[in-house]
Amino acid sequence: MADAKAKRGGEAARPLSPHLQIYSPLINMVMSILHRITGAALYFGTLIVAWVLVAAASGPAHFDFATQVLASWPGQIVLFGYTWALLHHLVGGIRHFIWDTGRGFDLATIDLLSWGSAAVSAAATILIWGYVLLCTGSVAP
Amino acid sequence: MSMRTPLKDVRRLGSAKEGADHFWTQRTTGAANLVLSIFAIALAVNLIGADHATFKATIANPLVGLPLLLFIVSAAIHMRLGMQVIIEDYVHGEGAKIVLLMLNTFFAIAIAAASAFSILKLSLGG
Ligand code: HEM
Repeated sequence: MADAKAKRGGEAARPLSPHLQIYSPLINMVMSILHRITGAALYFGTLIVAWVLVAAASGPAHFDFATQVLASWPGQIVLFGYTWALLHHLVGGIRHFIWDTGRGFDLATIDLLSWGSAAVSAAATILIWGYVLLCTGSVAP
Repeated sequence: MSMRTPLKDVRRLGSAKEGADHFWTQRTTGAANLVLSIFAIALAVNLIGADHATFKATIANPLVGLPLLLFIVSAAIHMRLGMQVIIEDYVHGEGAKIVLLMLNTFFAIAIAAASAFSILKLSLGG
């Protein structure tokens, strides 16, 4: 395999399929990239979930420290980002499930699903944080 | 100049025959995450401002601790598969790829184990 790869590089350049920058960005392309970025962000975001749980299991001192960090400004921004990433990825996942059934591949539906999921996840994020800020004034688990 | 293409090197080797399983597990855990994430968000919102005793008592409720445990396990499996694809897409050096795929597995298991242990300790520990 490695051998075959090296040879391919050395031989006469064959035409390649156009690369990313040749396409004008469409909403479904942006959403596809965002699904991957939010997936990767959530991957590291689970560290926060695990940290809070381990802190709570370690006792009140460690727990209070964790909630203080999360209630700080940087902590709040990270939690806000985590909420949006999760909701964006969640709603995008539903879009993927629809496509997995083989439906919704005409251009109009693709645009509708892409814009629709972006709007729904943004609205849900704002609603949740609006609710939290209205009811408590501060945010920490 | 050889007229042969690199295809000869991989003919007969077949696929790893795991692709469909990967796909289905990603979808199954995705569906589970769909429900369990909403639960987790609701739980987090409910626990805002809670002190340690309240937090512990809430998690100790089986109707809370159990779905939270399921969320962590499902998310860990799902994110491991997802990150595996990302690594395979962007990392082409064979050595680096194998190391990263291993670290990916370690990370997912560490997250799941640390969270599960903590949930059980909060629920069952004295
Ligand atoms: C803690 C929660 C979650 C984490 C850490 C997570 C992580 C990931 C990662 C890293 C990927 C790979 C992205 C890529 O290949 O581009 C992925 C893909 C995927 N996720 Fe999630 N995810 C979570 C929740 C969800 C939820 C709630 C759903 C469903 C509603 C979902 C559905 C999917 C689907 C369908 C894919 C495959 C997309 C594709 O084939 O391109 N995920 N996820």
